[in-house]
Order: sequence, then structure tokens, then C-alpha cells
Amino acid sequence: MTNFDQAVLLLIILVPLAGALLSMFLPRGRSEDAWYFAIFVSAITLVLSVVVFARYDFGAGGYQFVRTYEWLDAPLNIDLSLAMDGIAAPLVLLNGIVLFGAVLISQTIKHRTRDFFVLLLALGSGVYGVFVVQDLFFLFFFYELAVLPMYLLIGVWGSSTDFGSFMRTKEYGAMKLMLFLVAGSVLIWIGILALYVAAGQAGSPTFSIEALGELARAGHFSPAFQNWVFPLFMIGFGVLAGLWPFHTWSPDGHVAAPTGVSMLHAGVLMKLGAFGIIRVGMVLLPEGAAAWMPVLIVLGTVNVIYGAIAALSQRDLKYIIGYSSVSHMGYVLMGIATLHPVGLTGAVLQMFSHGIMTALMFAMVGAIYERSHIRDITVLNGLMKRMGTASFFFAVAGLASLGLPGLSGFVAEFMVFTGAFRTYLPLAVLAVIGAAITAVYILRLLARTFFGEADPRWEHLTDASPVEKTVGAAFALILLFVGVWPAPLTRVINTGVESVLLLF
Amino acid sequence: MPGLTDNLYLLTPEFALAGLAFLVFIIDLLLPEERKDLLGWLSVAGLLGVVALSLVMLPGKEATLYGGLLAVDGYSLFFKVFFLGLGVFIILSSIDYVKLHLNHPGEFYGLLLFSILGMNLMAQSRELLTAYISLELLSFSLYVMVAYALNNAKSNEGSLKYIIIGAFSSAILLYGISMVYSALGVTRFEGISAALSSITDLRPALWVGLALIMVGLGFKLAAVPFHMWAPDAYEGAPLPVTAYLAIASKAAAFALVLRLLSEAFVPAADRWDQWQIIVATLAALSMLVGNLVALAQRNLKRLMAYSSIGHVGYILAGAVALSTDSLLGANGIIFYLVGYSITSIVVFAALIAFFNATGQEEIPDLAGLADRQPFLAMAIAVSFFSLGGLPIFVGFTMKFYLFTAVANAGYLWLAGLAIFTSLVSLYYYLQVIRQMYIQPALAAPATDAADGPGEHPPAEPESEHTHTPSHHEPSGDYEPLPRPSALLLVVMVLGLVAVVGLGVYPAPLLELVEGASAAILPGG
Repeated sequence: MTNFDQAVLLLIILVPLAGALLSMFLPRGRSEDAWYFAIFVSAITLVLSVVVFARYDFGAGGYQFVRTYEWLDAPLNIDLSLAMDGIAAPLVLLNGIVLFGAVLISQTIKHRTRDFFVLLLALGSGVYGVFVVQDLFFLFFFYELAVLPMYLLIGVWGSSTDFGSFMRTKEYGAMKLMLFLVAGSVLIWIGILALYVAAGQAGSPTFSIEALGELARAGHFSPAFQNWVFPLFMIGFGVLAGLWPFHTWSPDGHVAAPTGVSMLHAGVLMKLGAFGIIRVGMVLLPEGAAAWMPVLIVLGTVNVIYGAIAALSQRDLKYIIGYSSVSHMGYVLMGIATLHPVGLTGAVLQMFSHGIMTALMFAMVGAIYERSHIRDITVLNGLMKRMGTASFFFAVAGLASLGLPGLSGFVAEFMVFTGAFRTYLPLAVLAVIGAAITAVYILRLLARTFFGEADPRWEHLTDASPVEKTVGAAFALILLFVGVWPAPLTRVINTGVESVLLLF
Repeated sequence: MPGLTDNLYLLTPEFALAGLAFLVFIIDLLLPEERKDLLGWLSVAGLLGVVALSLVMLPGKEATLYGGLLAVDGYSLFFKVFFLGLGVFIILSSIDYVKLHLNHPGEFYGLLLFSILGMNLMAQSRELLTAYISLELLSFSLYVMVAYALNNAKSNEGSLKYIIIGAFSSAILLYGISMVYSALGVTRFEGISAALSSITDLRPALWVGLALIMVGLGFKLAAVPFHMWAPDAYEGAPLPVTAYLAIASKAAAFALVLRLLSEAFVPAADRWDQWQIIVATLAALSMLVGNLVALAQRNLKRLMAYSSIGHVGYILAGAVALSTDSLLGANGIIFYLVGYSITSIVVFAALIAFFNATGQEEIPDLAGLADRQPFLAMAIAVSFFSLGGLPIFVGFTMKFYLFTAVANAGYLWLAGLAIFTSLVSLYYYLQVIRQMYIQPALAAPATDAADGPGEHPPAEPESEHTHTPSHHEPSGDYEPLPRPSALLLVVMVLGLVAVVGLGVYPAPLLELVEGASAAILPGG
């Protein structure tokens, strides 16, 4: 192993964190400087993410880039152990891409710019951390680090929505998101402590995921124990994954957030939840997971249908995307719950694909809102004429989300459906119906808002800025690339999925 | 049996501290009124001198003095340095405040030094009456300090409550001590544990006595249901004294309780462990009541009072994890005390700076602070995130450590309750952060100073048709606050560095903590 391989995962966490700390010392007021610096930092992490993904040896599989740093001695014994497997690899890549895109898109942030990027980079660091650590203490540490900046990011830089009869203020969205997510982490924390105590009763109290996994395989965690602890993780992480009925923070939070934050949040942060269910719930508590999967798949199906129907009835562009995220995270949860190699691979691929597509949608909606100051689809129409490029990229993302073959969404959803058809046929049928509803709301949106008749009211709108076009084009190309040739992702994901499913 | 005066030189730091306090009182008489802030600097220099003296003289020393009344060991050394350090930072944060708002600075610093002496002795006491006298030395200084704002009705009300309830709780404590003595014939901690392990029947007098001691100490800690004096005393006291009450006096009371539990009760836990249930109940009540009532507060001092009651609950919960097998619980408590104290110092230094600049102390007064004085807002936000238990700050790490200890001792429900109430606390901390960062500053008064060097908040997108954040358009004009004084800046910057540093890498501190807890729990 080269020196680079040994240090890369630590670098990938520390670079954005160090960037955040250094940003604090930039001179106040010059907003471009903070932006350039954040671009510089996130470009480094993007390169690191791409390199580490490319260097992951899918032939060998398993955990790679393993490195352990001692952090705290006995009696608590916590090490910072880093490693990346086939499930984490695409998500690390995803975070690199979306973080870079979100920083670019945030060119429009002119108010307290420096503080904004400090928080955004800290968030990015937290997300990387969750994906690559192998210790429950640090997993939770980075999980909370990813949640913490959200309150200020939404509350300070977000926007409120007027529904006519009532307001959904940004403070409301920020506080709701924060309290839901922290309530979820209360359950996770209790679950972690329960695991620690159970490991202690088995003779070796530890937070190490590897050591706990060995105890689990050796049968030290009784089925009764697993059956009450697994739901703590399922619901706790599920809150962040948008699991119905704990999803209500998600549309409100996404809508209130500024564009770059919506991209990161819907694009990457929600994946932390699903990832946590796999990494902690399934790996450490396989019997509990097996017992609870029927519940999870039912809830996941409700997510798909409920999210789609809710999106159907929204008038605000961002709410439509917000509910569509809830719906698409349902596929992820369903894929996980199938415990089937194809379904689970589809779930992870869907995390990647949805991360890119939803980030793209939020970026383009942000570009539209920036110019029109309105997101009401009954008022906006014919945008294709005025903002051709932005509309085009939005359309690409929309088509990916309704599962058009040739774009990434199709491959992922198809795999999830395949897994579900083999395990829970009736629910799979319902989920396909959900996909059909998705087609209705996306196509209706495209037809009216983007390809409808041009409206003189929107004469003044200018097309996307070069930065927005760049981000749009890059993300759209990724969607196309994965849709046409998913193998570079799936072969990596497969290795991770197989080793998880060995436990079942 | 060692004589009463053997090893007396080991108390040199205490004698030096008492001498320093008298020196401050005497020099106070000689200084002209406008030079009195020299006394603050003298106290700081003296305290640093005593820290240095202790660090040179005491490491590695293990001895008991006065026939077992006082201990000189790793535990007392740790807390000595800790309390003296707290004293330094509290004085540094109060020098400006005292100059601006208080009369009689000489007595203020002198009393503060005497109370620190009391705190040091509390961490050293190994006998109930000695502990009681040390506690009273602290309390009497505090009674005066709480009443320091003579002309303020709230200060008088708070201090009156504090004195009456303090005296009442001292009486309860003494009564408990006398009943324990009547039942066991000893008042030394090790004697109590030996007697508890050997006696055949636990007489009601012993039960009542131990329970009364706990009640008396519960008053001093402001644990629910013995907390009602705290919010009034906190609100009435001058801000530096509030800080001192919330941080130092609490830490000292815990230093005493921790030694008492570890040396008197824990070794006899296999015979008599009901104290754990009492402590767990007090802990659960304190967490719940403190954090829930804090939700309704408008005054920053009262908010800190209730929040500190909540934190007392967490620390008390850690007490159930004390055991002779594992240092996890003792480490957790001491780590929490240190982390909580450092974080609170930052909060109070920032509040003092805010008060010095504006004379305000209500939560809504903080509106727009992020624009008016960004550093202050950042300091408060960071320390509130830390108190709320979020990484990368020490609050997260110390809570994780302590709650793990509680869960590991078989009290998963208590750890769960602690985690849940920690979520509740995050809500009211966020409300303050919301005032500072999201609410626009209140419009500047008629004398418009906004043309100064301060930045205007950039206007949000001008015309928002249907999506108008109508109810809080940026007001545009606000009054930038003057920079906090260099002293307070130094305190806050050092505090923030420690808050982040200990949150990310607590290992060096925990090594020291472990030395301290090993001294009181030798089996662990």
C-alpha cells in the first residue's frame, strides 16, 4: 500500500474541515474570496474522491484503505479507524461531486458569504466521515457534524414560502429539520450505547464496528436484543433517509434551504440515513434486520406512493422536488429491505443516481428562482423559451427521475424492482405504480412549466450563468453515463453488497 | 498514627491563597478608588503563583493531614489546579464589569479568593465536618457576592433567598452528619465505608442521616427538587457572580460529592447501594425539570440557571456509574465538569461583554448580534452548540463519555433520558442562536450610528412576488457594538480553542483526569 492509500481517507475528512477552519480567517466582506477558497477546497476533495473511487480494487472487494489512529485509551477505547468498502465508495464519490457542485452554485450567496462556506465545508466533512469510519463513536460524531450546520444554513440563508393562508418560514423549516434529525440521533445514540453494553456483557466493550461485527457473527447478541435495538437504528437513521412517517421535515427543510444546501441535503445527506441502516443496522444486527425488513419494505413502499401523490398535488417547484425525494428514497429503502443482491445493489445505485439527479434539479430550480423570485408552477410557464439551458438540464434530471431508459434512474429502479419482485411481489407492483405517478407529475411539470407557451411576464429572464451551465452539464452527463454504462459503479457496489448479504 | 502537624507544609498553597486574600483586603485600603482594578490583576498574578507552587510541590505526593481530615493526592491536586484556573478566568472576565458596575472591588476579589480556598478544601476533605466547614467558607463568600449589586431589588431578593435556603440546607446537612455519627460513630469517609460494610443491620437513623446529607448536598448542587433558589439567585447576582455560581461553586460541590460517594459509599456498594437509586432519581428529575423549564425562559441568566440544573442532572447520573471496578464513571464526571466549566466560561464571558456594551440581558436583546458583533455571536453559538452536545465541540465528547459510563453501569434508561433531555436542551439553545443569527437587529435608536464602520446586511432579493419573507425584512440600520475588551477576547479565544481542542482530541486531558479518579477509586 502506498503512503497515499494510507492517508487518503483521513485527508478526505480533514481537507474540508481544515478548509472550514481556515475560511474563518479570511477577511470579512470580500465574498468572492470565500467562494474561490471554497472552490479550491472542494476541488481537492473532489479529486481525492475520484481517485479513491478509482483506486478501489473491486476484484479484491472488502474494506480497503484501512488505517487506524489511536484516539482514546482504556477504559473507553476509541480508535479512529478508517476504511472504505464497495457500498461506501460510490457514496464518497457522490459527496465529492455534489459538494463541488453545491459550492459552485453558491456563487449567488452574497450575505455573510464566509460563514456560509465555513458551515458548508464542515457539513461536507461530516458526510465523508460517516461514509469511511469504522467506529460507532466517530460514525455518530460525523453524523452529528453533518446535521449541525443545517440549522444555520437554512435559517440564515434560506427562504420562506408563502402559501397564502399561512407561511412556512425558513426558521420553521430549519427548526423542524434540526429537531427531527436530532430526535433520530437520540435513538441512534441509545442504540449505540446498547450495543456497547451488550459487547461488554460478551466480554469486550467496544465501539469498533469490526469488533462488534465479529461479536454479532459469533452469536453474542441474542435475537431478542437485536429485535429491540434494530428498530432504534432503522427509525433513527430512517428519519434522515426520509422514512415515512418521519419524513415531514424533509420537504419543508429542502424548500427553505438555499440552493447549494438543498443540493447537498437531498443529494447526499439523506443517503447517510440509508447508509447507516446498512452499515450499522444490518451488519451489526443481522437477525434483528431480517425480522424488521418486512416492516421496512412496507414503509418504503408507502414512501414511494405517498411521496409521489404528495408531489402530484404541490404547486411549488421546490416542494415537488422535495416530495419526489421522499418518494425516491422509498426505492432505496425498499431495495435495502429486499435483502436480495440485485435489490440492494439497486438501492445503493439509486442513492448515487438520486443524489446527482436531485442535486441537478435543485440547482436548476435555484437558477430559475434566482431570476424570477417565484416557484409557483401555476404562474411560471414556457421557461424553455427564456431559460433554455436550465430548462433542458432540469428536463434531463426529471426524465432520469421518472426512470427513462438510458438515464441512471432507470437502471437503479429496475434493479430495485427486480429485487422486490423476487421477494415481495405485491409491494413491487405498488412501487411500479408509484413510478407511474412520478411520470405523471414530472411530465405535467415539463409540459406546462418548461415547454408551455411563452409568457410575456417572463420575458426578462436570462438564461443560466456559465457556472450554472457547467454544473448542469456535468451532472446531466453523469446521469447519462451511469444510465448507459452503470458497470463501473455496480461492480464496485456488488462487492460491498455481497459481503453484507453473507450475514443473512 | 501521624501527629496533627505532620506534613503541614503540604498545605502551603492553601496558606498562600489565604495570605493572598488578606493581602488584597489590605491593599484595598491603601489604593485610591480609580486604581482598584490593580487588585484584580494582583489576584490573577497571585492565583497563577499558587498554581505554579502547587505544580512544583505537590505532584506525586500522597498524604493525609490532621489525622485523616484532609487528603493531599492526585484528586485534590487536579481540582486545585482546576479551581485556581477557573478563578483566574472568572477574574479576568470580571475586571471590566467590576470597574463599570460594582462598588467595593477590593472585597469582591478578596471574597472570591476566600471562596476558592473553600473550594480547594472541599476537594481535599475526607471527613464530613471538614467538608461542611469548607463548604460554608465557599457559601459565606457567595452569600455576600450574590448581594453585591446593592441597589438592585432583584439582587437583594435573590441573595435573600440564597442565604435563607443556604442556611436551611446547611442545617439539614449538619443534622444528617450528626445522625450518621450517632449511628456509626465515625465521620471520616473511609470509616463510614468500613462501618457500612461491616454492620449487620442498617438502622433507620443511618438511613435518615445519609438521606439528609444527600438532601443538604442536593441543595448546594441545585439538583431538583432542591433547586428553586438557583434561578432567582442567578438572575439577581451580578453577571460575573452568576458565572461563578454556575461554574465554580457547582464544580466544587461535585468535587466534594464525588469524593464522598467514592470513598464512603462505593466501597460498601455490595452491602448498601440504595444511594444509587436516590442519586438516579435526583438526576432524572434534574434533567427533566431543568431542561423543560428552561424552554420558557426569556432572561439569559435564568436560562443558564435552568440549563445548569439540567447539566447537574447529567453529572449526577454519572455518579451511579462510580464503581471500584471501573474508572469510567469517575473519569466521565470529571471530564464533564471540566468541559462544562470551560464552555460556560465562554458563554458568560460573552454575556459579560454584551452586558458591558449594552446593559441588556434578555434573550430578545441578542437579536441581530451576528451582524452587530460577529465574534460575540460566534462565541455564544459555539458554546451553546457545545452545551447542546454537538461535535466538534467538547460538549459532544463529554456527553458521549459520561452517558456511555451510565449505560455501562446498567442504567441504560437513565442514559436514554439524558440523551432525550439533551435534545430538549438543544431547542432552547437554538432559540438563542436564532435570535443572534436569524432575527434582524432591532432598529437603531434615533441617534443613528449606522454610518460608522459597521457593515450593512446586504438586502435580500428586492422584489419577491408571492414568496415574500415579509415579517422580517432586514431592517437595514442597526447599531454595531463596540469590540469586547481585549481581556474578554483573550478569555473567549482561549476558551473556544479549548472547547474545540478537547472536543476533537481529549486524550491528554483524560490522562490527567484518570490520575485524579484513580486517587479516589484505587481499585479501578
